Amino acid sequence: MVVGAGGAGLRAAIAAREQGKRTAIVSKSLFGKAHTVMAEGGAAAALGNTNAADSWKVHFRDTLRGGKFLNDPRMAELHAREAPERILELEYWGALFDRTEDGRISQRNFGGHEYPRLAHVGDRTGLELIRTLQQRIVALQQADAAEFGDPDERLAVFAETAVTSLVREGGDDGRIVGAFGYRRVDGGFVLFEAPTVILATGGIGKAFRTTSNSWEYTGDGHAQALRAGASLINMEFVQFHPTGMVWPPSVKGILVTESVRGDGGVLRNSRGERFMFDYVPDVFRSQYAETEEEADGWYDDPTRHRRPPELLPRDEVARAINSEVKEGRGSPHGGVFLDVSSRLPAEEIRRRLPSMHHQFRELADVDITAEPMEVGPTCHYVMGGVRVDADTAASDVPGLFAAGEVAGGMHGSNRLGGNSLSDLLVFGRRAGLGAAAYVDALEAGEGDSTPATGVLERAAAEAVASSLAPLKQGAGENPYAIHSELQDTMNDLVGIIRRGPEVERALERLAALAERVDVLSAPGDRVYNPGWHLALALPNMLLVSEAVARAALERTESRGGHTRDDCPEMSAEWRRVNLSVRAVDGRVELERTPSRTSPVSCSHSSTGTSWPST
Amino acid sequence: MSERTFRVWRGGPDGELTEYRVEVNEGEVVLDVLHRLQATQAPDMAVRWNCKAGKCGSCSVEINGRPRLSCMTRMSVFEDDEVVTVTPMRTFPVVRDLVCDVSFNYAKAREIPSFTPAPGTEPGDFRMRQADVERSQEFRKCIECFLCNDVCHVIRDHEENKEHFSGPRFLMRVAELEMHPEDTADRRRTAQEEFGLGYCNITKCCTEVCPEGIHITDNALIPLKERVVDRKYDPLVWLGSKIGRRPKDTPIAPNVRRPEEGRGTA
Ligand SMILES: Cc1cc2nc3c(=O)[nH]c(=O)nc-3n(C[C@H](O)[C@H](O)[C@H](O)COP(=O)(O)OP(=O)(O)OC[C@H]3O[C@@H](n4cnc5c(N)ncnc54)[C@H](O)[C@@H]3O)c2cc1C
Ligand code: SF4
Ligand code: SF4
Ligand code: FES
Repeated sequence: MVVGAGGAGLRAAIAAREQGKRTAIVSKSLFGKAHTVMAEGGAAAALGNTNAADSWKVHFRDTLRGGKFLNDPRMAELHAREAPERILELEYWGALFDRTEDGRISQRNFGGHEYPRLAHVGDRTGLELIRTLQQRIVALQQADAAEFGDPDERLAVFAETAVTSLVREGGDDGRIVGAFGYRRVDGGFVLFEAPTVILATGGIGKAFRTTSNSWEYTGDGHAQALRAGASLINMEFVQFHPTGMVWPPSVKGILVTESVRGDGGVLRNSRGERFMFDYVPDVFRSQYAETEEEADGWYDDPTRHRRPPELLPRDEVARAINSEVKEGRGSPHGGVFLDVSSRLPAEEIRRRLPSMHHQFRELADVDITAEPMEVGPTCHYVMGGVRVDADTAASDVPGLFAAGEVAGGMHGSNRLGGNSLSDLLVFGRRAGLGAAAYVDALEAGEGDSTPATGVLERAAAEAVASSLAPLKQGAGENPYAIHSELQDTMNDLVGIIRRGPEVERALERLAALAERVDVLSAPGDRVYNPGWHLALALPNMLLVSEAVARAALERTESRGGHTRDDCPEMSAEWRRVNLSVRAVDGRVELERTPSRTSPVSCSHSSTGTSWPST
Repeated sequence: MSERTFRVWRGGPDGELTEYRVEVNEGEVVLDVLHRLQATQAPDMAVRWNCKAGKCGSCSVEINGRPRLSCMTRMSVFEDDEVVTVTPMRTFPVVRDLVCDVSFNYAKAREIPSFTPAPGTEPGDFRMRQADVERSQEFRKCIECFLCNDVCHVIRDHEENKEHFSGPRFLMRVAELEMHPEDTADRRRTAQEEFGLGYCNITKCCTEVCPEGIHITDNALIPLKERVVDRKYDPLVWLGSKIGRRPKDTPIAPNVRRPEEGRGTA
């Protein structure tokens, strides 16, 4: 059973089905609408089509540098090695990427990637990825229909069905035996009996006020994994994308793709200065240009020029924008200016960035071919997630697997742009294979592979009672109001720049909210009732927020997607530590675990590097 | 900030329009206002949406009678005192409030013979020029909002046609595959006989509502019609049909059309 129909979930399901396993894909939203559809810039893979000097090793090194060496090196290695194959496979399934002159897949520049590396389709790469995988699933269903007479024989999609809990047998080594959920359309409950569950539920961004994420991102998979006894790692690392829309308020947070910068866009403050030159940290100094002339020369002749500082990894750019605004050099609506209009001809902008052009024209009355955009940081991605085995995507819980944004480790403390889409494909496939192998081993083993009697029934009875509670509590708390308070708490107190005392305050507020969440009330019946759906997702957001806050308080350094104003240095000691989180009796507990070290040597060491003061 | 009047469809097929007075702020879209109604007055109002950025095609509704994405419809397109009426898409059965059952579309998608690369090729073999992929790329911009299928008169008030007509979205999908440089199947006869290409009388209503600005009629449907005609007069095909040899038509995949889905009410 695969929970989630984004890139990771669909790729996992394809892999499991290709191993001959009967596979269910369960998704909160309609088939083909998962969050992956929003991805814009591209998928990173060292195909070497645009610059033949690229190789998986360079990609691997860039990924570790971007993640400030906290990545699981085995994951980063598998990712860099296998991404090209996964992209070519998509093409073979019908995807139409933009082309190079000689007819191969074109690749574009992105922050932190040394060479042009992102396979893309304009600025709608996620749509191409989702649609291709969706259509591949249809093709497999057609093959099954021909063979077995039923398209759903081995791959069935349960759309608009939300999983609310995982079912596990008792004991420390208890296995996963299924999952429980409800159908949005009619409110009916569903119990899935399955020997393996692959979580591919995406991220947690809806816990923050300003975010590029959709309503789906309530951290369901993260929370369910915790409750089932799995560990999450790196939860303190939350990526704030440097460029979200800031105006008008109703679109605040919507993403402005990094491709704008990759294709030549520059950042300026209210004085018209390209301020990013002032924010190049020592660790990146040798790779980035020091003058505008040098930076501008890079686009056409990258061998003889260093990169523009606008293309530093996201955490650097986001912090820089944040401090420009704080020091009074921001744009009228509290962002900075991102300008591509003075850099490329209008026609070229419309061709390369069609959806950005459309988005600004429709939503902000701004013509990006003629004037700059106003942008500021927005909560975008969570690096933290379920701790998994790199090769099989298996979690600590037998039968539970995780891939995509819900899994942790691959990106360390900061993800490079474009590394998620390729992550979904590489580890989605590995999760499907891992789960299939697990099922084979289970069936071959001597023990009985059917669940212990009564486990599923008891779990279902409990889940039904707790799911129905909000509908019955007449005069309880309003889920929309609680959600709003949660978002403000996380945004203001555990946001892009953190301070110990503020995070402590956030934890107090979260505890108070957790009490109120017990008495949520959702009027109405069970048929497509969004108030009820939110009420069921809120406890997940709260649990995950607590995990983020606790880890953020514990890590007394600044690294990647975790910046502590009160501990601005990156520390060599913390480099060796992953924080891992478990839920014990509904409470979050932290543990320090040694970070995995790299078997492949990496030319650069970050030890002792300090931040530019922000 | 101003206060506006909204009339929203509440309930299932026998529901009715309910009137609300609601606050509207600068720059907002219709979906923002629906969310405000949920948060303040109607917590159980069913609205389907995901991205709120015009990218996922979930939030399709009819606003003052016109099929639109609610997340991309700015409040500023209405007169200051204009009442805004929001109803579910009419062509598909309503589940509740603004949400309808769009399974018709998924059933139609499943009937189309999938992308078929030449046997013997492998991933990595394709070399395609940008100019040759651009036609299909335009169609692949489709976010599957199904607004074109909603507006098309062939099925809008004609339940009986649903069985025989896939709608502009999926006829365009056929065109996309036919124009894919590496595809080897031939879906032209199937398009005509199974997917109802002949029903389309090129009114272009679908093109007008497409939020992605895809030229559905001009670039997909008309060229597809031309190809179907070409095929009829193609001497090779004529000869082939006489002597029972290739080029062959690719039929719809067997067993994907189920009786209940054919009626579009699954
Ligand atoms: C605007 C934007 C642009 C981006 N651009 C890029 C880019 O250019 N390159 C890049 O590499 N990355 C990009 N990213 C990041 C990347 O898109 C995501 O990290 C990635 O798509 C996550 O994929 P996923 O498969 O893990 O999950 P998703 O695609 O998010 O899918 C999650 C799935 O889980 C389902 N689900 C969740 N909870 C439940 C539940 N309880 N029950 C049932 N189903 C559930 C959802 O319905 C959904 O189907 C971007 C992100 C955003 C927001
Ligand atoms: S052009 Fe054809 S498909 Fe489009 S709305 Fe008119 S009849 Fe329907
Ligand atoms: S073609 Fe346009 S209107 Fe039709 S489903 Fe696709 S995006 Fe929507
Ligand atoms: S919510 Fe995604 S298109 Fe409107």
